[in-house]
Amino acid sequence: MVHIILLGMNHKTAPVEVREQLAVACRKEVNPLHMLPHLEHVEELIYVSTCNRVEFLFTCGSLSEAIAEVKALLRTHVGLPSSVPLDSYLYVHKDLEAVKHLFMVASSLDSMVVGEPQILGQLKEAYRTAVEYRSVKTVLNRLMHKSFSVAKRVRTETCIGSCAVSVSYAAVELARKIFGQIKDKRVLLIGAGEMAELAAEHFLRQGVKTMMVANRTLERAVELAARFKAETVPFAALLEALKAADIVVSSTGAPQPIISYRDIKARMRERRNKPLFFIDIAVPRDIDPKANQIDNVYVYDIDDLQGVIEFNKEERLSQARAAEHIIDEETIKFRNWMESLSVSPTIVSVREKAEKIRQDELRKTFSQLPDLNDRQREAIEILTSSIIKKLLHDPIIFLKKKAQREARAVYMDFTLQLFNLIETIDEVDGAQAESPKAQEPEFFKAAKK
Amino acid sequence: MESFFLVIATLCYLSGTIGYFIYLLKDREVLPRISWTLLLVGALFHGAALVMRAIGMGHFPVTSIREAISLFTWVFVVTYLVIQVKLKLRILGSFVSPLAVIFMVSSRLLPTQAIRTNGSFRSGWLIAHVSSIFLANALFAMLFSLGIMYLLQERGIKKKNFGLLYERLPSLDRIDSLAHVCLMAGFPLMTAGLITGFVYAAMVWRSPWNWDPKEILSVVTWLIYAVLVHERLTVGWRGRRAAWLAIIGFSATVLTFILASLLLAGHHSVISKNFYG
Repeated sequence: MVHIILLGMNHKTAPVEVREQLAVACRKEVNPLHMLPHLEHVEELIYVSTCNRVEFLFTCGSLSEAIAEVKALLRTHVGLPSSVPLDSYLYVHKDLEAVKHLFMVASSLDSMVVGEPQILGQLKEAYRTAVEYRSVKTVLNRLMHKSFSVAKRVRTETCIGSCAVSVSYAAVELARKIFGQIKDKRVLLIGAGEMAELAAEHFLRQGVKTMMVANRTLERAVELAARFKAETVPFAALLEALKAADIVVSSTGAPQPIISYRDIKARMRERRNKPLFFIDIAVPRDIDPKANQIDNVYVYDIDDLQGVIEFNKEERLSQARAAEHIIDEETIKFRNWMESLSVSPTIVSVREKAEKIRQDELRKTFSQLPDLNDRQREAIEILTSSIIKKLLHDPIIFLKKKAQREARAVYMDFTLQLFNLIETIDEVDGAQAESPKAQEPEFFKAAKK
Repeated sequence: MESFFLVIATLCYLSGTIGYFIYLLKDREVLPRISWTLLLVGALFHGAALVMRAIGMGHFPVTSIREAISLFTWVFVVTYLVIQVKLKLRILGSFVSPLAVIFMVSSRLLPTQAIRTNGSFRSGWLIAHVSSIFLANALFAMLFSLGIMYLLQERGIKKKNFGLLYERLPSLDRIDSLAHVCLMAGFPLMTAGLITGFVYAAMVWRSPWNWDPKEILSVVTWLIYAVLVHERLTVGWRGRRAAWLAIIGFSATVLTFILASLLLAGHHSVISKNFYG
């Protein structure tokens, strides 16, 4: 029996310090997937890493050994000393739980900003990398594709996506509570990232006229500036731009704060104490949170903004429930597919047995009829092959149908006895573990029906 | 008749305050409209009582601290009613109307004993002095209310803990700019009030400065507001500090008004024993 395991940590389970270490690790060049050949018990492996989560999704035969291996891999990859009690930050989801969790992640229900669109792209990227490393096979291949389509379904059928929008909405509302009118205020966008751009767009739509963009890479800055009709600010002159800006939306990938308490304090006098509102979307933070203590300076990070939307929590919860319903539905569908997997070996062995009989009989026939030319031989081959196909067609359809029933085991057992396959199925099972890829098309067909 | 009118006025102010208080908790548009009307009716009765008093005594009704506070309350309420019509900032009423009730009730509790002067209550200088000082203080009381509103709203935003008031209170900028207007209107009036006071003192007591405790405290209060005006205009002081200073300034004003009149010796005082001719 193949198990699907999801092991990892996210913003809910790991404290900021560990997460920040993750954030550093997630910018590493080395991908832990290259270690797959050294993991004896792990069959397929995908490594998902965003700034708020690190997750390993893998399949295995024997649970505890594989989990231990992956934990060790995680520890070495993130570079945590063995003194840090990793286990308390980790969650380990098995089988259906793992599937459900992955669907939740893909649908952005598990994100820090629920509904933010970035996570799906990050998952796709993780999948692409895994394909490059050839670490995904039958099960994870299908699971990942399924998670993408679930995410799409959740996005179109619920308003969960608008929750992320509501974070930017909350930012705009807060700005209104601070500045009153925001039309004549200047917005400075530091760094990029979908959430930050979303917020910037929201400010533009609410009538902000002047926008400035600062980015480490000039090309990106120019690109953003064109999109938001903004002026660009050299990254080096960032602190000077604080004098002119009123609202700062920051989301760089910097490991340390880029604007310190002192930087702001020193510029407040020059600003004649005009209020300055920081929206810090970055993790780790870009703005020293202590700056919030300065008079007329307001620093909000993404958690704070989440707090603001607690106002319409009810609405959000009902959307989340709707999304979870979809996910539960899709999880069950996936379970059915997983279960059909154990039907497939039966079908395969039925076919193999038939094929073996056909080959044997053909060999006998051809040896008795040496005068046949190639065309005639071919005709006989096609004939026998189609007889077998047609003969087995109905039993196979029957088996596939039963694959989703609870009583499946009974039918499988019956089939094995009927075709006298008890010995052969063991062989096939072993063969499948070695090269499941070979049987992939079969599984897909089985699942589609 | 006069005290009956005053009781009606007090009840109107009180019920207006209750209306404004409910409005603070519940966003119903009728509430501030009713409350404003109640304050207006109260002000009309109050005004009528003051006119009766003035006619009855034949001079400006500021001969006792009770009269003075009563008149000040009236000026304050009328100032608010006018500002409300101009600004349409309804929630301000919830913070201003309680002050009106407090002033009104305290004026009933304070002694009626007359301030002894040499009977020059009909002087134009005195009227100018009292009315500009009262108007200035009415604006400063407004500034005090705005300061409290600002601090409440700012606290919510800073602590990221939004209570009931977050939705109800206006933006920080709005409160602050209103406070700015109140300060910039109130400060020249206060200055004018002090100057006319000195002129009046010079006429009555032959000297503009008599080291009267109320004079000293008034100048101290004036200095507090002068600092606030200066800092606002030069370095752009605003927000929390400005709000605190406005609150301190008005507290000092109240202290000046009540303590100096009541307890300390001097010619503004009620119970002063030694009295300049």
